[in-house]
Amino acid sequence: MVVNRTLNKPLADDLVRPLFHTTVWFYGLVFALATVVACGAAAWGTQMWFGIGVSGLGWPVFWGFYLTNFVFWIGISHAGTLISAILRLVNATWRRPVTRCAEVITVFALMIGAMFPLIHLGRPWLAFWLMPYPSAREIWPNFRSPLVWDFFAINTYLIGSLLFLTLPMIPDMALVRDRSTGLRKRIYGALALGWRGTTKQWHRLESAMQIMAIAILPVAISVHTIVSFDFSMAPVPMWHSTIFGPYFVAGAIFSGIAALIIAMAVLRRVLNLEAYLHPVHFENLGKLLLLMSLLWVYFVFAERLTVWYGNEPSEMAVFWATQRGSYAPLFWTMVTCNFLIPFPILAFRKTRTIPGAVIASVTVLVGMWLERYLIIVPSLGHKALPYSWGTYSPQPVEIVIMISTFAAMALLYTLFSKFVPIISIWELKVGDHPKPKLTPGELDEAAGLWRVRP
Amino acid sequence: MTSIYGLYSDPNIAQRAVNGLRAAGVADREIEVISSEPFEEYEFSHRDSATWLYWIAGGGGLLGFVSAYLLTSTTQQLWPINTAGMPIVSGIPNAIVIFEMTMLGAMLATVITLFVSAKLPSRGGKMYDTEVSDGYILVGVEDPAEHLVDTLQQALEAAGEGRVKRSA
Repeated sequence: MVVNRTLNKPLADDLVRPLFHTTVWFYGLVFALATVVACGAAAWGTQMWFGIGVSGLGWPVFWGFYLTNFVFWIGISHAGTLISAILRLVNATWRRPVTRCAEVITVFALMIGAMFPLIHLGRPWLAFWLMPYPSAREIWPNFRSPLVWDFFAINTYLIGSLLFLTLPMIPDMALVRDRSTGLRKRIYGALALGWRGTTKQWHRLESAMQIMAIAILPVAISVHTIVSFDFSMAPVPMWHSTIFGPYFVAGAIFSGIAALIIAMAVLRRVLNLEAYLHPVHFENLGKLLLLMSLLWVYFVFAERLTVWYGNEPSEMAVFWATQRGSYAPLFWTMVTCNFLIPFPILAFRKTRTIPGAVIASVTVLVGMWLERYLIIVPSLGHKALPYSWGTYSPQPVEIVIMISTFAAMALLYTLFSKFVPIISIWELKVGDHPKPKLTPGELDEAAGLWRVRP
Repeated sequence: MTSIYGLYSDPNIAQRAVNGLRAAGVADREIEVISSEPFEEYEFSHRDSATWLYWIAGGGGLLGFVSAYLLTSTTQQLWPINTAGMPIVSGIPNAIVIFEMTMLGAMLATVITLFVSAKLPSRGGKMYDTEVSDGYILVGVEDPAEHLVDTLQQALEAAGEGRVKRSA
């Protein structure tokens, strides 16, 4: 039986090939995406130069597109680390090709999401006021403020996710190092940190990943719960709700899985990873997406029923504005995108294919973005006293910045998959291990030696 | 540094090579097994599995807990801010910050311990062969006693299909 030479070397060759071969299409794609990102940066610069007044933000709707995008991207970040950690802990074998694709989304989505509060500040150079440090103002940030909780939660999740992503990358960096020459060898050598693959190193890495998976799960849940606290701690109609924590977490996982399916489908096509990202992976993720779609509908129903039954005037104003008022087209589009389209596609095995899962995922992302918008804007526009009612219209600067963040995500993902094997090679190899074929006598001999020797 | 090692494509043969080295009188701690993937199914990979990592992670969490408690409660006492009738030192809101820093402490302690115990980063100079990245399993001994080298070579060759190398 020859395990490694015949099976694993081609596997490793396949997965590192994109790192060594660059096509013209890659440069074209990077240029196009970088151009859109530059437009976003210019729009942000314009806002800083002329002031936050160039955005559509104003009394009474001070949270608009920027906070919508903040919540949306933090939600997308649940794709990776949370899903990867759950699958790792339950030892789901089909997770192996999926985990890194997912974990990367978390890190980049968090980075993009965390930028929006800075953009929203208007004067980002004062962002350090959010950080707890003893200053000449003699005022520390208030630990009772949900915005300060955000600071701690997002940074903990970002650091944890970054470690969760990069630790299993070390052995793969060593593999790329051994196949490289010149400057590339030096760079990957530095990134591999001198990894050799001794039994001790493997044990420590696997134990560390087990602990990280256990630790990161409650952090992931807490992050989106705390983001929901930004809203539910305020006495604003349809925000002050105990359901918001789990509702936000469910929505985050929902949109996160959708983002993961789209990313995997693109990688499969562009990097020719058909041999590793099988239809069964999309089918399994499609089942998860279906489950989350049903859960999402349940939460929306529970939230809406409670508000309707309570019949509190200020809440009913927001309720009717979204059900049949000026926001109704967006609300029903959201329901269509999050349930009416994905449910029938994903409920039947015949349509739970790769194209089916991708179509469902695209609609879910649109629907979830609308959900974030509909949580924020109608409530702020219909506060308790009618004299304070108002509307919000996003301005070009906000729209350009929003589009540029999608381009930034695509750009970061493209560059990452160019420089790092997007599928964890060593984890994939472990999944292919056959059972040991030692004779019972040999196994006894080995075990006996281990017991008596130092 | 001198070393003698065998490169095997089959983990069963690698296990036999390890057994052969033991039988030749090499202590377990002197036998190095290097691979491009973990082989949990084989006895040779069970060495060095005992670890304090879980306890250290717990210690890191405790450190994070205490740091966060001091950060929140001490600063609230030093710079008191009245907020909506809540106590100056508010345990429930502080619990959120304390929770995050506890988990951060556990994660950072885990990673630091991983790096220290796995001797990362290292500058090289240890026994290694780039063919490990092609899927071969390296079984060998670093700085073997001069009189044992031929015996070790025989033990490594007797394991089965593979290549034995010496490096100076």
